Amino acid sequence: MQGAKTLFDKIWSQHLVGRRVDGRELIYIDRHVLHDLHAPHAFEKLAKAGRAVSRPDLTFSMQDHSVSVLPGRTDDTYAEGAAFVRAMREGSKRNNVRVFDLGDPEQGISHVVAPELGMVLPGATHAVPDSHACTVGGLGALAFGCGTTELEHILATQVIALSRPKRLRVNLEGKLKPYVAAKDVALHIIAHLGVSGGAGYAIEYAGPVVRAMSIESRLTLCNLTIEMGSRSGLVAPDDTTFQWLAGRPWAPEGAQWDAALTHWRTLPSDEGAFYDHEVTIDCTQLDPQITWGTEPSQVTGVGGRAPELHDVEPTRRAATQKALAYMGLSPGAPLEGLAVDRVFIGSCTNSRLPDLEIAAAIARGRKVAPGLVAMVVPGSSTVKRQAEARGLDKIFTDAGFMWGESGCSMCASTNGDTAAPQERVLSTTNRNFENRQGRGVRTHLVGPALAAAAAIAGKIVDVRKLTGEA
Amino acid sequence: MQSLTHVTGVAIPMIEDDLNTDQMAPLQLAKGLKPDYADLLFKRRRQNPDGSLIADYVLNQPQFTAPSILVAGSNFGCGSSRESAVWCLYAVGIRCVIARSIADIFRENCLQNGVLPIELDDAAMDGLQQRVLAADGAAHFSVDLEAQTIDGPGGEAIGFDVRASDKLRLIEGLDEIGLTMKHASEIRAWEAQTLADTPWLQQARDKRA
Repeated sequence: MQGAKTLFDKIWSQHLVGRRVDGRELIYIDRHVLHDLHAPHAFEKLAKAGRAVSRPDLTFSMQDHSVSVLPGRTDDTYAEGAAFVRAMREGSKRNNVRVFDLGDPEQGISHVVAPELGMVLPGATHAVPDSHACTVGGLGALAFGCGTTELEHILATQVIALSRPKRLRVNLEGKLKPYVAAKDVALHIIAHLGVSGGAGYAIEYAGPVVRAMSIESRLTLCNLTIEMGSRSGLVAPDDTTFQWLAGRPWAPEGAQWDAALTHWRTLPSDEGAFYDHEVTIDCTQLDPQITWGTEPSQVTGVGGRAPELHDVEPTRRAATQKALAYMGLSPGAPLEGLAVDRVFIGSCTNSRLPDLEIAAAIARGRKVAPGLVAMVVPGSSTVKRQAEARGLDKIFTDAGFMWGESGCSMCASTNGDTAAPQERVLSTTNRNFENRQGRGVRTHLVGPALAAAAAIAGKIVDVRKLTGEA
Repeated sequence: MQSLTHVTGVAIPMIEDDLNTDQMAPLQLAKGLKPDYADLLFKRRRQNPDGSLIADYVLNQPQFTAPSILVAGSNFGCGSSRESAVWCLYAVGIRCVIARSIADIFRENCLQNGVLPIELDDAAMDGLQQRVLAADGAAHFSVDLEAQTIDGPGGEAIGFDVRASDKLRLIEGLDEIGLTMKHASEIRAWEAQTLADTPWLQQARDKRA
């Protein structure tokens, strides 16, 4: 169809400010959210250059990466992080940027807080100096993870200079089985596309599986876009989105809400719009997923096995062998039954209220296996408060989980939260890279259901067996 | 940013796919806001937990302690957006990375720091990898951005593609912010228009405040 546009194209063209002499396109950033691990360096560079923050009113600082999640924390609870937290606070104050600081009732992981407050909106552009900026695509926003110099550039100009990515649509067909959720779908897509299959593209997720998903699930799905190599992933907004956003404290209200709603309804891709590439994946038979290797594409159903080397493409054999050795697995080994040392439930991937509710339903009335360390870290202080109002903290602590303050914790492990060498960790995070959670730590990525089930069983187990549903 | 037209020096082979930025810059091990980036580069691969060097790791071999060009596999620089990965490469003198594919954010971070990211097709990459492995740090390779060629022992010059915008930016050593500031009036006009058309995008406010 002539003139038919994708969701991505509509947002891109609305935000296109101009084209630079070098050919790059300037895209306006509506919401710029900073964090303590990278922003201090940008604030310093900005100060040295004598430049001001262009739009402090559209810029927000979040303390998440280097903060302790221990109850009663202060700047110094994690001593190595204190310099980052303080530099973030000072840089933000100097530039009139609102800080969601330690102790703020709405502090948390930026990718959790920005959506839950209604700060980021459908059709808006969003940048964070963090590769998981793509998370907020779940609301129909176009987000870009960026580096420190790009961050400084956005602070100074409120635009980002980009080459336009291509468009990829991932159609998710079918209906998910019980205990199969967005994390499992996302890991399955990564297995299908590979860890660089999305490079150079903005990905739109579509199809009945996405339409049936809650916003929290869509945020989880979009969160893992970078693990396919793509900077931006998004879902067209619909009534689920609008109902979820209505009444959130930073969302428009009154006449502006009505106008926004009218605009948002024009955002979904037009019939016949052009995609550079398109894939369709049927999710009907999908089981809860678990990674066996050291990158997110090395994944299988929970009842599956580590690969046999002869089943792996010859060019990938050496890497597979290395991954298996790191993970302490033999080729062909079943994953179910492997003893687990530690469980982490949290991160921008899986730390929202529904994630915690799934985990709590499994933990309720049960006990964490002896000797296993299990941690739940809510994605934001708001999530924490809501969970406590529902008694979830009590369920977790009664079962023997640690209940933390909000932050990135063992996802980035830049706040001192690590596991010990060779420990096997079931983690609801997004990266199972070597050493990501500490030197020699063996990370298996899973959704909250498998994580909670492993904490109880003390080993990798199909949650459906634990709950008697399989 | 300094202008970059040529890179000449030792080419270090890291023929591995999916080398991620966590490995390049393991920030868990970084102390403070300004760590020693040269020391941090691939620290877990270069050093034992007690700080002693792992002698057979490529960066610890005497001929590769001061590389200028890094030759990798595919999907180089995937993972975290941390620009410190590029700062670590830069700190040991690397000004050019050549791979079958380079991750999107990492490529941007390279360009921001005057490091030339080059992607080669499989045939060209197979040839270059063999030549770099054969040279083993003994003879220099050179990359000419103007001519878009890679030259070195063991064969003919290899051509490469580069986006015109990226080439211009590196050769001129353009000040990114300065370049964008030339569009300040367009930015202000965009803001005014957006405030009129879709005001919620220009106003981020806590409605309870």
